[in-house]
Amino acid sequence: MSTSAASATGGERITMLKVLNPFHIWALGVGIVLVGEFMGWNFSVAKGGAYGSLIACWVIGLLYTCVAMIDSEVTSTVAAAGGQYTQAKHIIGPLMAFNVGLYLVMAYTMLEAADALVVGDLMKSGAEALGYAGLDTKPFVVLTIAFLAWLNYRGVFMTLTLNFVITLFAFFAILVLFLVTDPVHPGAVLKHSELLTDLPYGWIGVIASLQFGMWYYLGIEGTCQAAEEVRSAGRAIPLGTMGGMMTLLVAASLTWYICSGLMPWQYLGQAVTPLYDAASLIGNTKVQVLLFIGTMFSAIASANGCINDAARAWFSLGRDRYMPVWFGAIHPRYRTPYRSIIFLIPIAVSFAFTGLLDQVITFSILSGLLGYTFMSINMVKFRKKWPLNSIKRGYIHPFHPIPAITLFILCSAVYFATFLGYGASLLSIMAFYIVASLWFTFRRYQFVKRGDQFTMPWPRPKGY
Amino acid sequence: MNFWQVLSYAAWIVSGLLFLWMLADLVSVAKEYDEDFLMSSREGADELMDQ
Repeated sequence: MSTSAASATGGERITMLKVLNPFHIWALGVGIVLVGEFMGWNFSVAKGGAYGSLIACWVIGLLYTCVAMIDSEVTSTVAAAGGQYTQAKHIIGPLMAFNVGLYLVMAYTMLEAADALVVGDLMKSGAEALGYAGLDTKPFVVLTIAFLAWLNYRGVFMTLTLNFVITLFAFFAILVLFLVTDPVHPGAVLKHSELLTDLPYGWIGVIASLQFGMWYYLGIEGTCQAAEEVRSAGRAIPLGTMGGMMTLLVAASLTWYICSGLMPWQYLGQAVTPLYDAASLIGNTKVQVLLFIGTMFSAIASANGCINDAARAWFSLGRDRYMPVWFGAIHPRYRTPYRSIIFLIPIAVSFAFTGLLDQVITFSILSGLLGYTFMSINMVKFRKKWPLNSIKRGYIHPFHPIPAITLFILCSAVYFATFLGYGASLLSIMAFYIVASLWFTFRRYQFVKRGDQFTMPWPRPKGY
Repeated sequence: MNFWQVLSYAAWIVSGLLFLWMLADLVSVAKEYDEDFLMSSREGADELMDQ
């Protein structure tokens, strides 16, 4: 037995390293999301036209601003990995926590698989552009997942520092593209007056577009997973999350402005890589290469952040015995949830090998949406059980309960939008989580040590 | 065998090596450290809590 092991028996506890700052939090949140500006958001154009997509961009922007504000307040008091899972555990109870934890793992693992598929497809496109058709994407999909998992295994500081660099590069690529479209001279390059039309499918089309408006921001809530590894959760989480949300609102609006001024809505609504297509239409090779690299970097940053977040959510479930406790281990040198990282690799590869990008992403979005819905309930309960001044908060979000109510209403609208386009998927995912809840209640919860799961130094809730 | 085919094989090999490295490290950590120590972490406290 080693020295460290011997000291463990003497009462020493292992902890994750507290090395992250607000820039890492920004890189985690924006890194997961930014790929959604490079592809995916434009399917909202097919549903609601260009103006419908802009409405979706800002309405869903409001939904995620509520998410960011609520997350920032609650997480500034909960310095624990697991993010929304930990919030739900402390505020509502074990069954909701289990479900939220499962949503998080599924959402991030599926998004990671989709990102790896995108990297493989980009490699294939690059090979075709250089004269080699028919490149097999599988080795590059697996390499993306394996390399990023290895990086995550070796430590969170390097992982999120890399994410900061490549996410900043991808954001910079959008800014450069915006500047080369000569935005101060409308009509010179961007032809909004010619391309923008009325709502092609009326207001029902706008509502249907809300589901794909999620792509502009899906994943920003992932910042909370780093709460146990930041130097100060009370400062870094609110700064990184709210800063990330502002960055995304700018990036989303610029993306819509550029693309809707260069492509008719009928084409834009089914494009695979709209920002890259926009760069191609401008005819500047350097910008085209910049956008190709930006698209690649955004997909890698997203997969990287997803591995980080899925592993921490799974680790937290293991630590509380909601899943086998074996997953609750921390690496003694790298201080990462290494067993969870390794366990999720074959699952992500399996999702990726299905090749069903649409279904994988839809499952991911729906899992996220279920989590947001419960967050609105969490927030109301949190303020009731622990009123202001009962717990030291690093950030207090304004206008409570308006953001929580707004979040609930907007989530309901997105459920309706999803039902219009993916009704079968919505019902099957609901069935999946109901079955999982039954398993947890009747089989798994007997193994949970009730007292061990609540170790936060919070005061007794009001009314208990 | 052209450049892209070599690159594909290289991607498979590097992926395999990375995965094997992680598995080997997982096993060596299990041998070297006590299981109770590896799973001894608890939800953290922030300095905000200590004020």
